[in-house]
Amino acid sequence: MKKLGILALSVAMAVGFASAASADTLADVKKRGVVRCGVDGGLAGFSAPDDKGKMQGIDADVCYAVAAAVFGDASKVEFISLTAKERFTALSAGEIDMLSRNTTHTLRRDASLGVDFTYYNYIDGQGFLVKKAIGVKSALELSGATICIQSGTTTERNLAAYFRAKKMDYTPVSYDTSVQTREGFESGACDVLTSDKSQLAAIRSDLKDPESAMVLPETISKEPLGPVVRQGDDAWANIVRWSLFAMINADELGVTSKNVDEIAKTTEEFQIRLMLGLEGDTGKSLGLSKDWAMQIIKQVGSYGESYTRHLVPLGLAREGTLNALWTKGGILYAPPF
Amino acid sequence: MAKVFVPTPPSPPPNSSTPAIQWLKRNFFNSPFSIVMTLLSVYVIWSIVPFALNWAILDATWTGTDRTGCDANPDGACWAALRVRFWQVMLGRFYGANPEEIWRPLVIFALFVVIAYLLLSETLPGEYRLYLGGFALIVFPVLTYGLIHGGMFGLKVAATSQWGGFMLTLILAVGGIVLAFPLGIVLALGRRSSLPVVQWLSITFIEFWRANPLITILFMASNLLPLFLPSEIEVDKVARALVAITLFQSAYTAEAIRGGLASIPKGQFEAADSLGFKYHHTMGLIVLPQALKVSIPAIVNTFIALFKDTTLVGIVGLLDVFRMAQTVSRSTEWKGFDYETYIFSALIFFMCCYGMSRYSQSIERKLNREHKD
Repeated sequence: MKKLGILALSVAMAVGFASAASADTLADVKKRGVVRCGVDGGLAGFSAPDDKGKMQGIDADVCYAVAAAVFGDASKVEFISLTAKERFTALSAGEIDMLSRNTTHTLRRDASLGVDFTYYNYIDGQGFLVKKAIGVKSALELSGATICIQSGTTTERNLAAYFRAKKMDYTPVSYDTSVQTREGFESGACDVLTSDKSQLAAIRSDLKDPESAMVLPETISKEPLGPVVRQGDDAWANIVRWSLFAMINADELGVTSKNVDEIAKTTEEFQIRLMLGLEGDTGKSLGLSKDWAMQIIKQVGSYGESYTRHLVPLGLAREGTLNALWTKGGILYAPPF
Repeated sequence: MAKVFVPTPPSPPPNSSTPAIQWLKRNFFNSPFSIVMTLLSVYVIWSIVPFALNWAILDATWTGTDRTGCDANPDGACWAALRVRFWQVMLGRFYGANPEEIWRPLVIFALFVVIAYLLLSETLPGEYRLYLGGFALIVFPVLTYGLIHGGMFGLKVAATSQWGGFMLTLILAVGGIVLAFPLGIVLALGRRSSLPVVQWLSITFIEFWRANPLITILFMASNLLPLFLPSEIEVDKVARALVAITLFQSAYTAEAIRGGLASIPKGQFEAADSLGFKYHHTMGLIVLPQALKVSIPAIVNTFIALFKDTTLVGIVGLLDVFRMAQTVSRSTEWKGFDYETYIFSALIFFMCCYGMSRYSQSIERKLNREHKD
């Protein structure tokens, strides 16, 4: 019975992908007049509406960037809130043009779901938050610890794998939501809390006394998060990928939404002139206008601006993390124009 | 010597205490067990109520446009968050972002309240109620979609993916309830039909939908249906949820009505037959009016259940009032104010469901009166 179900599902998926793959997404998007972008819609810093109802966050900014590149108008985005379960279905069924929903790139997803991962806009990883009082400086000293964890997530599996590999034991205390997990940690149900590091910083800043806890240096899993598109439309994948590259390159070249007009007037640097469309035409081969990257920088800003706007207020510093530029010790590296 | 009548002094009243104390004794202190329970209850109320009152009302932060006020006052609730986000939580993202368009759903809501009041209270004469019912069933849904979605007469388009909040909850619940009603009548009649094919089809349909949890049906409608359909055919997400809810609800409505049908004495059918009534006359003029009246309380019960069930659309990414409120406490601006948002949506649900249950009780009382006459 179960096998039959899997068969039916895979046939359905194959049909879905076959019909979706032939589409010319750019033409569809232009005809419709908006980019349909799948987001979480309820995750602070990544995508959540602000008081005015505008979607904010680094995931949302990628959507705005693609709209700016395609239409020259960053506001032409329709955000679709998706749950973790339905996000890939929505993408392969053509309900959305791109998925920017803190989605981890894994082999299984890449190879079997009919989707393409473009690049990463946040590199996350599971870590540990500990009470300073217990005097632990490394995850390797955690043997025998009681650990608060949100149940039903991959973090549970990663934690078990890590402790097994290091031949240490631990007692898990499971909670349903991240809020409960934080409260468990605060009330003393455990001395250690594990989650993705992007969440740990936020959880720590929500503690009554943030100074009483610290994040350990170890990262026990790799969670590269980035925008995803349907497989089979390479032209569209290029547009999404290069919209993100433009933001990262602008960051590296020191171009921001505030100084871009000034720089455009004076700069002699070849990469910047290429990026801003002052020399050559990088847009032509992408099927975009000449000033596509200029529009992204003007209306959305560089990656650094986006990070500062959305993640720094949550207590996620960028220096010294993987999300810093490659020139500053991180691994964020975009190809040249 | 004449006997002098000395009246015996009147015996004291059986209980010298005042009526209030008697009442207390009778209701709260009539046995050791009840004394213990009373004291325990008083203790629980004493330890919860002042705290809750302080937190929710007296110490709460009511004003302010950002979280500075709330952060400075950690011992009180932060209602400012919901004040700032009120329209977003009630009407969803589009209307939250376009305050100048809020009149559109508000007009529809006002119309809805007026229609519902006129139909449910018995102030209109029967004939007008019929016309109004027709208007509510045919014109009103079109008007609702036209005005809330926009796109014509120069109204800005509010794509259904941007609908949300209490508005979406109402649309799904009321839409599901109203659409399921005629379907439920047909199914109930079909289940009692003497034609075996019709009967078996109705039974299969009803049992299928009743045997599946709504969450499964929603998930199917949202995740599997699009995979089976070619990508050119796009069925709107809200429409899909509404269809799923309607089919689900119609099975329950059908069962409630079937209960009503079963309560009609056989003599009513036979009387109609002897007068030469055809099936649709028997049903339409004699049986259904009585059966529906009897089944109203049961139907309202299923409505209340459905109203609460609409929160399940959250799992297919539709932001009903509960999810919308949750979003507030997950935004950068108001992160962490979870209790406030949960309490707010609980209050909204309580008000709606309590209203419906009161209505059903008043109908029941009226029915009882009529039966006794």
